[in-house]
Amino acid sequence: MYDTPNTERAVDQKDIKFSARGVQVYYGDTHAIKDVDVALEDKTVTAFIGPSGCGKSTFLRCLNRMNDTIDICRVEGDILLDGEDIYDRKVDPVQLRAKVGMVFQKPNPFPKSIYDNIAYGPRIHGMAKSKADLDEIVERALRRGAIWDEVKDRLQASGTGLSGGQQQRLCIARAVATEPEVLLMDEPCSALDPIATAQVEELIDELRTEYSVVIVTHSMQQAARVSQKTAFFHLGNLVEFGETGKIFTNPEDPRTESYITGRIG
Amino acid sequence: MPTLWLFLIVLGIAAVGYVLGRQRALGTVGGDNRRLHSLPSYYGSNVLIKVVVPAFLLMVAWLLIQPIVVGNTISGMIPDRSVDAKGSLGLVMAEVRRTADGLDNAVAQGLMDEDFVTGARADLADVTQRLRDAGQIVTSEVTQPILNAAQRYRVMNATGNLMMTIAVLVVAVLGALWGLRESHGDFRARNTVERSIRALLIGAASIAILTTVGIILSLVFNTIEFFRLYPAADFFFGTNWAPSFSGRGGSSDLGVLPLLWGTFYISIVALAVAVPIGLFAAIYLSEYASPKVRSVAKPLLEVLAGIPTIVYGLFALLTVGPLLLKVFGDDGLGIMQAGTAVMTAGLVMGIMLIPFVSSLSDDIINAVPQAMRDGSYGLGATQSETIRQVVLPAALPGIVGAILLAASRAIGETMIVVLGAGAAARLDLNPFEAMTTVTAKIVSQLTGDADFASPEALVAFALGMTLFVITLCLNVFALYIVRKYREQYE
Repeated sequence: MYDTPNTERAVDQKDIKFSARGVQVYYGDTHAIKDVDVALEDKTVTAFIGPSGCGKSTFLRCLNRMNDTIDICRVEGDILLDGEDIYDRKVDPVQLRAKVGMVFQKPNPFPKSIYDNIAYGPRIHGMAKSKADLDEIVERALRRGAIWDEVKDRLQASGTGLSGGQQQRLCIARAVATEPEVLLMDEPCSALDPIATAQVEELIDELRTEYSVVIVTHSMQQAARVSQKTAFFHLGNLVEFGETGKIFTNPEDPRTESYITGRIG
Repeated sequence: MPTLWLFLIVLGIAAVGYVLGRQRALGTVGGDNRRLHSLPSYYGSNVLIKVVVPAFLLMVAWLLIQPIVVGNTISGMIPDRSVDAKGSLGLVMAEVRRTADGLDNAVAQGLMDEDFVTGARADLADVTQRLRDAGQIVTSEVTQPILNAAQRYRVMNATGNLMMTIAVLVVAVLGALWGLRESHGDFRARNTVERSIRALLIGAASIAILTTVGIILSLVFNTIEFFRLYPAADFFFGTNWAPSFSGRGGSSDLGVLPLLWGTFYISIVALAVAVPIGLFAAIYLSEYASPKVRSVAKPLLEVLAGIPTIVYGLFALLTVGPLLLKVFGDDGLGIMQAGTAVMTAGLVMGIMLIPFVSSLSDDIINAVPQAMRDGSYGLGATQSETIRQVVLPAALPGIVGAILLAASRAIGETMIVVLGAGAAARLDLNPFEAMTTVTAKIVSQLTGDADFASPEALVAFALGMTLFVITLCLNVFALYIVRKYREQYE
């Protein structure tokens, strides 16, 4: 039924990148995330799965404090990035987001040229000393986003003129260009066709060598294909977290089993 | 019967027709709604439309045509002698109408009876006296031809009104019967009503368009007339504006350049005030303000748009002018002669334009998808970086559109200029000098007792046409930009 889990998935002990303890999230009176504890490893792809409205995107957005832009959202508990509390008063959410990049569900290129889309982050953070430097950063990011060959001749064309799959890879390249330590992806393939999806998945697998990647997905096949660790959310609770192979073949919790066999969701 | 009563009676027939049509349609299917083609109210509306539309169209047409027919008949009756005595046919006809109204009112008050009024041999002096007694305005002794014409006028109008009443009522009843005949279960009343609504909407749109065409035509013909009297080259390239009302043409200089310069200078000052303030206010309201602040501040800002421009003019004349004079006048920097100046009018006009810029820009900035902002925040950009580099560029075409709309408002503004900038037409770079604009000069050329056929008066139409073309170009340009912007996210 599912792709055979990757045999090389045997993960050796890795550093913990993110660790969350007792996280609660409220939207106004709604209790969206209930007491979640989780530890996400470095240089690993972690997938969040679960039915719609289970809180997986909300939790993802807590990891780079994107929820701060929503007025009625309230986050409690500790989320540590490399041992530091990201909700601490001294932490600047803007700095944090430079370290924890994000790719959104819908491709959202800025209405600028392809070049300027990629150069946006590096320019803001002063990462390039010269024009040549910036050119190099842009090229590297586009290559990592597996889109360089398609756009190298039209870097000055508008980013919004690309196809949906190209736009999404452009957005991934844009996120990669700022050299984040963690890349959060919120259903990055939901608007893409199977070919573009395959390209993005391949890309995610490559990114794993340098970043830790957290991906929210509705497709269990996708979770099984790209991730090493999987977390199953249900009704705001983290039901089960573990090796992807184990979750999909031998889940401990009956709810997880029901979900992956398609009985709830 | 007065027209108002006729109007109400037709509406009454329509209301009865509505109820009957509804009932009849329901009756044909034994009261079972589901077997009707349309909802019962559509059958009622169908009858109502068939009563009201033809009857009212006939009524309007009759009311327009009857005075023309009556007027033509009566003016044929009046001997040339009377016309010569009064000066023109129009004056005689006015006299006839006045006398006829006077007779009507006198009869209504019971001072004359109908036989006396219609009696051809009435004593003229007696009639005049009785009219005076009835409190009617009678300029001079009523003459025989005028009395005859007035009597005929009354009779024709009375028969005309009676015929109209009958005709309208007949049409209304026929319409009701037609509609009722159709009211059976299979009739597609819903489609008929739909077509009527479409016709109504088309009618409304065409009235708006035809009016525009009419306005343009009236401008065009008068402008052509002006250019026949005054050379176009002198008008468009003349640098001197000095109309003289005493010398009939020839001695006037009617160059448009000083007025255009004044218009643009004042508009530029106004935009220099309105665009930054309005834009920053819009950014604050849409990006930074909490919903609570926004819900209070936005209406408050829009109150500015509701202030009549004459009030702004007074503000310029009584507050801003003297204030500027204190700083830049002889007591201060010494570059300002009087309170009325380009700067005064420009500043006040800028304040007037703030809500235009801010309100439109606010809507446009809000229309930028949240995904754009999220994308930027997700890359670690601050709020102002996001606004400067993502939101504003995305909204820019729309904002430019808003600014151009504000600019055409500024160019067309009159009252603030009249009160704030003075009336001197001159080409000058000093913003503290009095200048004037095209619109202000149109007002001053058409008020006063200039001969309407002289170039000094007709120039107003040429000025209006020039202004119309300029603002039209600006508006078309604004629309083009706004449209281009729309394509970007759809």
